[in-house]
Amino acid sequence: MLRVSLTGSLCDATDGADSIEVEAVTIRELLRKLVERYPRLQTHIDGGIAVSVNGDIYRDNRDLAIPANAEVFLLPRIQGG
Amino acid sequence: MAHDTSFTDQEFKVIGSRPVRPDGVDKVTGRARYGADASAPGQLVGRILRSPHAHARIRKIDTSRAEKLKGVKAVLTSKDLPDLTNGNRGNYDILENCMARDRALYDGHAVAAVAAVDDATARKALKLIKVDYKVLPHVTDVDKAMESDAPIIQPHIKQDDKPSNIANVSQFGHGDVDAGFAEADVIIEKSYKTEQTHQGYIEPHACLASIGPDGQGELWVTTQGHFTFRNVCADLLGLDVAKLKVTSSEIGGGFGGKTHVWMEPVALALSRKANRPVKLVMSRDEVFKASGPTCSTSIDVKIGAQKDGTITAATATLRYQDGPFPGPWGMLGAMTSWACYDIANVKAVAYDVLVNRPKVAAYRAPSAPMAAFAVESTMDLVADALGWDPVDFRIRNAAKEGSKAAYGPIYGPIGIGATLEAVKNHPHMKAKLGKNQGRGMACGFWFNFGGQTCVDLNIGIDGTVNLTMGTVDVGGARASMSLIAAEELGIAYEKVKCNIGDTASLGHNDTTEGSRGTFSSGMATIFAARNAIEEMKRRAAKGWEIDVEDVEWKDGAAHAIGVQHSNLAPLTLEEIARKSPTTGGPIAGHNESVTDGAGVSFASHICDVEVDPETGATKVLRYTVVQDAGKAIHPDYVEGQFQGGAAQGIGWALNEEYVYGEDGRLKNPSFLDYRIPVCSDLPFIDTQILEIPNPNHPYGIRGVGETSIVPPLAAIGNAVSNAAGVRLNHVPMSPPRILKAIKEAQTAG
Repeated sequence: MLRVSLTGSLCDATDGADSIEVEAVTIRELLRKLVERYPRLQTHIDGGIAVSVNGDIYRDNRDLAIPANAEVFLLPRIQGG
Repeated sequence: MAHDTSFTDQEFKVIGSRPVRPDGVDKVTGRARYGADASAPGQLVGRILRSPHAHARIRKIDTSRAEKLKGVKAVLTSKDLPDLTNGNRGNYDILENCMARDRALYDGHAVAAVAAVDDATARKALKLIKVDYKVLPHVTDVDKAMESDAPIIQPHIKQDDKPSNIANVSQFGHGDVDAGFAEADVIIEKSYKTEQTHQGYIEPHACLASIGPDGQGELWVTTQGHFTFRNVCADLLGLDVAKLKVTSSEIGGGFGGKTHVWMEPVALALSRKANRPVKLVMSRDEVFKASGPTCSTSIDVKIGAQKDGTITAATATLRYQDGPFPGPWGMLGAMTSWACYDIANVKAVAYDVLVNRPKVAAYRAPSAPMAAFAVESTMDLVADALGWDPVDFRIRNAAKEGSKAAYGPIYGPIGIGATLEAVKNHPHMKAKLGKNQGRGMACGFWFNFGGQTCVDLNIGIDGTVNLTMGTVDVGGARASMSLIAAEELGIAYEKVKCNIGDTASLGHNDTTEGSRGTFSSGMATIFAARNAIEEMKRRAAKGWEIDVEDVEWKDGAAHAIGVQHSNLAPLTLEEIARKSPTTGGPIAGHNESVTDGAGVSFASHICDVEVDPETGATKVLRYTVVQDAGKAIHPDYVEGQFQGGAAQGIGWALNEEYVYGEDGRLKNPSFLDYRIPVCSDLPFIDTQILEIPNPNHPYGIRGVGETSIVPPLAAIGNAVSNAAGVRLNHVPMSPPRILKAIKEAQTAG
């Protein structure tokens, strides 16, 4: 079981929940299960989202296998210059 | 000569060397082709008519007289750019920014465009277009835009079900800040403002667009991301992505400003309507008024700390103006604000606020410099109140591996502590200062990221190598990728020729932003080269009639291993290449990937200034940048990025500023009145590269392009404040502001 933390405006889509437990092996599965529980997250995912796994930020790699007990954060997608 | 990385014991042969840049001769001889340097048979000149009002309803546009002018081939308004965005609000905002629809939202907003046989005719045609405006109330100040009676910029944006200019509210942090402040011995609270600045790239936006009657198009353009431009233009104009080929020109600076489309869809639409190629080049006035500068901001910071130097709580409230369209800029300010420090109780709340100014674009580590100015200025005040040295105070609170970042994640191996230790021990910190001189230092953070990347590596018949990449080279990528390919293949740097492919020649590549170029393309190049090596090993094995498992690649040649093959002389890359027609044909390596896992980046800067108390003028005497590069592939370019960021930051800190009049119009849209630093304004900027490898990259690369602009505002602010004897809290710290601060301090006694 993963504990996923959310920050920023993403919490608006989870009824204020900033920490959610999810059973998932990959980022793709994690996002799918989060949307099943909180459908409003889909808008954020479509608009761009990043997932931090043990401190490394993944913007597009949905196939990443999330290690057991990993520290997982959902973040808004970052833009750069 | 080997160039080793002490942290990982990797030993490199060409990585870390400083060969001549492959694009250098063309650029210094004028042969390089930039955005305005392309031509096509029968091309027309495009020009854009822009709103003179900060906010106005467009009641009617009469183009009839312009259309009748001899030599005019097309006139365009928003009616020629129908909404094809299918409810995608982000794309609609881009469309509306390219060409105003029912309202002009800022001084310089495009309202119509023409294509004519020459520039004089195009300019004359613009004067013949009559626009009937109803001028509306406007607001250009971020704080005023948040007031309840402010003119509303986008009525569809609401807070608590009421129209509002607050487009987004973002919050980050952890712990209990109230409890943390209750534990503090010292609490400092301060407010800051920073004014809007432009990236100041020397090359204006320019493109040559052509769409034929068969719906196939081409776009030659100065851009940081030609694949992104292709996708956006195709979306807005209803084109098939595959039928629009976009070629990136050489780029004369971008710094984030060329990550967005501005007039390129207009040029394509003009071409489609005229059935002729259209060249469209912005004037400097247009670049300032109608491309994307960075935000102006208003920021409150509060830090509580104990006598032992521990920060017990910190908060920031950040208000960033986005122009008339929502962006992520305030959010990024909040995320980066406390990223340098390990703080138990921390909170950052950001507001993205709409105003009647141009659409904001990214500017090198977007949003971080302003947040750092506020945080790092307050850090100095707290250190002073506690009697701590400012560097030691930062070392005491610096984030480290395992620290929980204020924006959420727990850090892996990071370099903030190392940069601070390097600053502490740097000779610059021990140099003596004279009268009216002051020293400041500050830290900065940027995320860095990777993204979609695709490269092709083709080995020529003579053993030279063509490497085609799709991330635009804005800061030396062709040199760096040539070094990486040479390192992997075991050949000389001069044997590799790196090109930027157009959108028809490679799979999608993300825009060059986020300091991703060397990290992403470097990783793809490594894997493409390794694929080519595997093929060359197969070719060698075939010729030797041995198993490929008995072949290894070393020093640019295939070697048969094992005593049974000791009679087989190594086959060099060139020898294998020359035989390729009869061993299976061309030899190539390819890689497409999502190169996530970029490592975060930190820098610490030191600055000495002298402030003239009579005039308020500031002279930067000495400047030093210390930054973690992960691994410096071509150290000249890394140092250049460090110096470039510092130079831009110095201009931002001391001079650069968008000045708006009461009428909401920009008063200084030229380099005469908007003063970027020139060589005589700057000292030689010293650099120190640290190499704390990113474990997610085969060579340990982190991005280096952006972090260097984060600390300068604060480092200079701290230096100026120390020199002038009064705290400066408004950027730019121009002579009038410094004089005002000095006089106010004298009056206050």
